[in-house]
Amino acid sequence: MSDQAKQDRPEQAEFRAQCRAWLAANPLPEPPVRLPQSAIEIMHTAQLEYLRDWQRQAYEAGMVGCDYPVASGGAGRRDCQLIANQEMQRAGRPFLPNILGLGMAAPTIQIHGNDFQRENLLPRLFSCADIWCQGFSEPGAGSDLANVQTRAERYGDGWRITGHKVWTSLAHFADWMILLARSDRAHKYEGMTYFVVPIKANLGKTVTVRPLIKITGETGFNEVFFDGLEIPDHYRVGEIGQGWEVAQTTLLHERGAGPWVTPSSGRGGDPERNIADAWGLLELARRSPRAGRTAADDPVLRDRIMQLIIRQEGSRQGARRARVPALCDHPQRIPLQAKLVMSEIRQDVCALAMELQGAAGTLSIGDANAPEGGEWALGYLNSYGVTIAAGTNEIQRNILGERVLGLAKSK
Amino acid sequence: MTQPKDFGFDADAALLRDTARQFLLDQLPTEALHRLVASDHDPHRAPTNNWNPALWRQIVELGWTTVAVPETAGGAGLPLVALAALAEEVGRAALPSPFLATAAATLVLRQCQGAGTRDLLGEIAAGRTATLAITPRSGAWETAACDLYLDNGKLHGSAWYVQDAAKAEVLIAKAAHRDGLALVAVPVTAAGVELVPDSILDLTRDQAHVHFHGVAVDTAQILAAPGAGAATLDAAWPGVLTLVAADLCGAGEWLLQTTAEYARTREQFGRTIGFFQAIKHPLVNLMIQLDHARSLTYNAACALDHEPERAPALARMAKAAAADAGAFGASRAIQFHGGIGFTWECAVHLYTKRQKHNQILYGDASYQRARLAELLFGV
Repeated sequence: MSDQAKQDRPEQAEFRAQCRAWLAANPLPEPPVRLPQSAIEIMHTAQLEYLRDWQRQAYEAGMVGCDYPVASGGAGRRDCQLIANQEMQRAGRPFLPNILGLGMAAPTIQIHGNDFQRENLLPRLFSCADIWCQGFSEPGAGSDLANVQTRAERYGDGWRITGHKVWTSLAHFADWMILLARSDRAHKYEGMTYFVVPIKANLGKTVTVRPLIKITGETGFNEVFFDGLEIPDHYRVGEIGQGWEVAQTTLLHERGAGPWVTPSSGRGGDPERNIADAWGLLELARRSPRAGRTAADDPVLRDRIMQLIIRQEGSRQGARRARVPALCDHPQRIPLQAKLVMSEIRQDVCALAMELQGAAGTLSIGDANAPEGGEWALGYLNSYGVTIAAGTNEIQRNILGERVLGLAKSK
Repeated sequence: MTQPKDFGFDADAALLRDTARQFLLDQLPTEALHRLVASDHDPHRAPTNNWNPALWRQIVELGWTTVAVPETAGGAGLPLVALAALAEEVGRAALPSPFLATAAATLVLRQCQGAGTRDLLGEIAAGRTATLAITPRSGAWETAACDLYLDNGKLHGSAWYVQDAAKAEVLIAKAAHRDGLALVAVPVTAAGVELVPDSILDLTRDQAHVHFHGVAVDTAQILAAPGAGAATLDAAWPGVLTLVAADLCGAGEWLLQTTAEYARTREQFGRTIGFFQAIKHPLVNLMIQLDHARSLTYNAACALDHEPERAPALARMAKAAAADAGAFGASRAIQFHGGIGFTWECAVHLYTKRQKHNQILYGDASYQRARLAELLFGV
């Protein structure tokens, strides 16, 4: 980590020292319940409240949204969020729960929103006073996102929203949603408008949230029904008919390729355990019995472990190279690979971990004899959430082929 | 020690790389390369050594041979990431030249302590060409494997798979002595040196095996004394692997861009073929593999200067990733060009063959991963 500190500018070095001192002086109490592996798997209020309290503290200590302008609830710093993230991770802190707000709503509102939205919504987003969710996908608009049918109709000075959103992580806790809706049926791409809409305040009235259950058995994502929700026009983000362009900003950040660094602080599950990291396979292989020896003695498994470590390091060094323009041929080439590569490595690492475990790979989360408490198996199942979400990895390959290699578009 | 965030790729390195890229585009466009190396398609032709010595003299003028030579020996002493970036451009142009072999020899010489080392480095900076003669007939890449013997001041035996031997003026030979391995500088013109060219797949380089018939060696030619050769070579090895990885990355990028260009223009079923995901997705997979390999190559090159203790593992990673990406790219480039890709007139085969050669050279991907596993598992 001194690695990371080595080339800080003076104001960054000072900020890093502040973060480090604050984190050392303010230890977090033990969680009252097992934490999920990521924010989008939060099921219980007890998990949420613990994590929410942590995000509020981190915000008040200046480590969340610190690069945003003061008027938006930020600290007006420059290039400091990454430093805060590194220090929070170094301190072993759990993840920040308001991930969809921090990673997608905040940069979109900052770039395309109005002063009302920036001044009133962003401070509460950063402090986790409000939880945010994302209303993009619909039953008929998955990979073909521009096919959204949820209607936004003019109603006096405002808008009336009617429709059905799906795969909506955190909607069961959410105060607000970023919403992509159809304001004009005659035009596919030019007929969409982007809004922020209050969810919690309208539950049981014009908004219904119904949980969906994942392959893990966990809840955490939902479908959301709008039955004539009325909102004022200043909840609109960007111009009427410009929703698709605004949504690209959201998606760029969701894929880890946007200009605003997402505040993030660590991982879930058991923080002592190195889940979904290829380097963790070395230790797992050493203690996994295999044909009278260990998995670490098996040349085929050794080769496969090395392949994953090499891919993971390739991806990490790629993230480093993406910040050195002279070593990149195309500015979006590495950033647009981020979610695709990360999610596939994670999936393959978890799958190989289960294979290394041999018979014990059958044991699931919570079994007393499961290696790492079954976190690898849970991680394997959850990994599909990431290879599918934010545009499936097949769609990511289309985007890369079209935007970076200039191949003919699929639509 | 830690690495600088930017891999040490400074403004000088960027200027050198950009100038090299433009120079090779101007001086050796693909059609000129094809004319230079592919005039004879007969599979039973005699071993060839097609290259352009006049172009090489310009390259020496541009200072490419000074990059890895320390300033104290008359070189430019740039960070090794600059050498990697240069090797990438050489690969992108599939340049037939003594660049790679001489750079590998330079990296070995940087580790040598022998009295003549400094002078030889200075001569290399000034344009003298060199190559490593370190591999036995079995093709074993391990340091200890050796078919050349140093006995009573004379070299007997052979060295195989010597890269660009016909372009080299000096052989950096590894020889077994009763006190251990030694490294020796031998001019190719020395009495008793017999160079036998190999017929090889790659048209953009030459290769030979070399017989040593009692070649006399004086003390000034000893670069690493008997017993010091193994450690010297091992210390240089991450750099040599990184160099080959960089060439693979550059040639791989040419294959990606050339195939993407074909997919943007070739029409079937009323569309350019890049529309079809059977073409689009593998090209993206290739891009991802190449980007990993390139990032790992810069990481390994930077480690040579800043974290030498980590360089052995990082160079294995880079060579493994680059060999796999190189092989995948070569295969997809031929396949996606269809019938024309299977012809001698299409330049894709020149790159495919170079990739095959570099993929194998000093150990392919599974060989590198096996060595990496030994480093990471400790056994």
